Amino acid sequence: MTSFDCIVIGGGHNGLVAAATLAKTGRRVLVLEAANEVGGAARTEEFAPGFRTSSIAHLLNRLHPDVVKTLELEKHGLRFNRADFVPSVALSRDGPALMLHGAYGEVLTGASPTEQSAWKALRAQLLRYAGILKPFLSRRPPDLAGVSLLEAASLGQAALGLKKLGKEDMRDFLRVLLMNVADLLDEQLEDIRLKGLLAFDATLGSHLGPRSPTSLLGLYYRLAGEAGGMAGAQIVPQGGMGAVIAAIRASAEKAGVSIRVSSPVTRIIVEKGRAVGVALDTGEEMRARTIVSAINPATTFLHLIGPREIDTGFTRKVKNIRMKGDAAKLNLALDRPPQFTGVDATGHKGRLVIAPSPDHVERAFNPSKYGEFSPEPVMEITLPSLADPSLAPDGACVLSAVVQYAPYALKQGWNVGKPKFREAVMAQLEAYAPGVGKSVVHAELLTPADIETRYRMPGGHWHHGELQADQMLVSRPVSGWSGYDTPILGLFLGGAGSHPGGGVSGAPGLNAARRVLAMKG
Amino acid sequence: MNQQATTASSTARIAGQGHFRTLRLGTPFQPRIDALARTQDWYNWAGYRAPHSLWDEELEYFAIRSQAALFDISPMTKYRIEGPDAEAMLNRVTLRDVGKLKPGRVHYTAWCDDEGFVLDDGTLFRLSPTRFRLCSQERHLPWLLDSASGFDVTVEEETEAVAGLALQGPTSFAVLRDAGFAGLEALKIFDIADFPHDGGTVTISRTGFTGDLGYELFVPSDKALSLWDRLMCAGELRGIRAIGYTALNRARLEAGLIVANADFTTAEHAIRADRLRMPDEIGLGFMVDPEKGHFNGRRAILEARAKRRLRHVLVGLEIDGNIPAEHAIVYHRKTREVGLVSAAMWSPMAKRNIAIASLARPYGDTVVEDLWVEIYAMRELQYQKLMKRAKIVARPFIKLDRRTANPPADF
Repeated sequence: MTSFDCIVIGGGHNGLVAAATLAKTGRRVLVLEAANEVGGAARTEEFAPGFRTSSIAHLLNRLHPDVVKTLELEKHGLRFNRADFVPSVALSRDGPALMLHGAYGEVLTGASPTEQSAWKALRAQLLRYAGILKPFLSRRPPDLAGVSLLEAASLGQAALGLKKLGKEDMRDFLRVLLMNVADLLDEQLEDIRLKGLLAFDATLGSHLGPRSPTSLLGLYYRLAGEAGGMAGAQIVPQGGMGAVIAAIRASAEKAGVSIRVSSPVTRIIVEKGRAVGVALDTGEEMRARTIVSAINPATTFLHLIGPREIDTGFTRKVKNIRMKGDAAKLNLALDRPPQFTGVDATGHKGRLVIAPSPDHVERAFNPSKYGEFSPEPVMEITLPSLADPSLAPDGACVLSAVVQYAPYALKQGWNVGKPKFREAVMAQLEAYAPGVGKSVVHAELLTPADIETRYRMPGGHWHHGELQADQMLVSRPVSGWSGYDTPILGLFLGGAGSHPGGGVSGAPGLNAARRVLAMKG
Repeated sequence: MNQQATTASSTARIAGQGHFRTLRLGTPFQPRIDALARTQDWYNWAGYRAPHSLWDEELEYFAIRSQAALFDISPMTKYRIEGPDAEAMLNRVTLRDVGKLKPGRVHYTAWCDDEGFVLDDGTLFRLSPTRFRLCSQERHLPWLLDSASGFDVTVEEETEAVAGLALQGPTSFAVLRDAGFAGLEALKIFDIADFPHDGGTVTISRTGFTGDLGYELFVPSDKALSLWDRLMCAGELRGIRAIGYTALNRARLEAGLIVANADFTTAEHAIRADRLRMPDEIGLGFMVDPEKGHFNGRRAILEARAKRRLRHVLVGLEIDGNIPAEHAIVYHRKTREVGLVSAAMWSPMAKRNIAIASLARPYGDTVVEDLWVEIYAMRELQYQKLMKRAKIVARPFIKLDRRTANPPADF
């Protein structure tokens, strides 16, 4: 039997990134994936005969440049440039849509000249402030117990960035940091379509409405990401998100990583406080010096290790991680491309957002607080087969949408609620793309409950833990243990549940691997 | 009609809130204790009205050492921990190896938070292979319940349901024997056994907090008074006396035993970070069993040991003279402040001036010479400052053969 230095649990993108990074140092690395293929929620899957789409994540907007560099992803076929950037379209039921072109609206069309200049100023400010947070949102969070020299240096750098803002700007940065996005938008913008789009982006993937305190952080998190070297840019990858996974996988395998699929880990073997191996569902046991768990932190500690091997206080913290997803995924197989009202050909290849105003987003959020889905949901839509016809049969089209709010713990239960929610979603789509309903060949709606089961994401939460102020930075996944190492020696966490969080960034995986290397694991 | 309904409901509500009118609860023995309380000298023990003294502190102390002293321990927090995983769960919570604790035995143990700081110390009674009673100073139900998650075990607080008495002193065995607890002589130190009482059962352990021959008795609250009467009646000719905490506190100091939140601050009560204590810092390092498997605080304790991050040490002191050094500051070479005395007395048994103190390492650890305590003796509205030499000595300060003698002596 081959022996390994490191075992990575979970072959999602973070697991693969961690594995590749470790293997590049000469370590023998094994990735164990429970499903029959790697990629987690970033796969490209066939959901109807001849129709393929990105399973959950369908837009690439935060793949970390260090990941691209470390894994040499460009060599493995992942290269993007400005031509790949797609616009964001704020849809209207009637009249022309408003569009943000280039990297998060370098150019705004469909709005008044006054609004255009107001947006220019706001966009610059948002990117400036997101830029301050960017180093915090990529590196290992500062260790409050003992800041190392290197950490102190990087913190100093961030402080310097803050200083560079100038006094007034710095004060304003601190003033708005924990604001709600709706109030900030009201300060600077008029157009409710533009404000609706930004309110949607700030709250996408979290259990927050635009008027919930701290909701602006979500927008900063979004804008701290980049694509093709441009902050805020977004790409609909050719071949779906699975193509990104394929490149990461190729890089990992080239570095010597062994990958075993259909191998669910049921237990992490702990001896005297140290993780020494894993056990599979077949009973097979494998040992390694270092274990990186790139799956959910709660699953890792409560199920794979179990409370007997960890302290009560830590167990408490892990149990308190909030991770009830509030977003659903809709995949539609259409017999022809839909026509969204007031949108041109370029717009249809972009990200189409139904969020007509901040009020609308807030109203969509309200029921979710009480365990009910939005009767008029908000969503972001892509039509990936327009740019990559191989994803659908000739003349047909794939529609991929992230829809919220769809609370994980639906009061009526998803068995009962799902058909009703599907109706609400389809009615909303029909209002913006008349006739789309009649063109549906197959519809797949994944509620958080479905996402939980299919992708082994507790709560169906793609961040593996709400990404809000109390679960960010030094508090992610739990306070005191944000540095990727854990109370169990030799065990590291490297999934989206760790800092900085979810989205196809590879940052948690990369940071975890770096931590392993720093600790000589 | 409505008005009446409102009045009725608010009356019921006010009646339901009546608990706050009783500022200190009485224990199941309160009628007897109240009848004996001549000094009316009460203190608050975990919400209960407990006596500092009942008639005379000095004589109550000597009742422990030369007769039989009856002390109500009902306010002590008691948890019933039961189930197939009770041993495993308690092994995860507490420091010592519960696997080594046989049914029918008691051990003194302690438990820590994740950072290895002591939450409390207490006694663990193994009543059967799957049933335990954990007794302690502070309350820990949320901690125990959270610690029980993932174990097949139930945790219930039984402080109110179970009344407790400590009967301590040289004649304690004879009193119990005369009270008709047949077979009691078989109990060795730290043994437990059940005996019939008043149509029910009393659980008697050969344990105590005095360093003397003694027993602790646990009985359902409704049998408390009949047990008290049974003991008092049987002990009349053997000098049985009810006592308060002041006397007990002296006896425990002679026995070298520590009290949570008197000799160290428990982790959940400490506000200041430097008041937290690891087991090794309060003389409980012997409990830590790194070989038994995981337990709360294990990682932190072993790391602190490996990295030599233990900052304090608890020591026994023998101090020159006969003035108790209560809460005196400890000095090295009479100048450098190195610690504090947490309990002190002139010991009538040891005929020595004794104390328990916490020192900042290396003092008390590797530096043990040239230690002094500064005693402020109040002499007619004027402090007389006494700098007295202190010597680190082993605890307990007294060792009484009768405590462990088998069979227990008949005094």
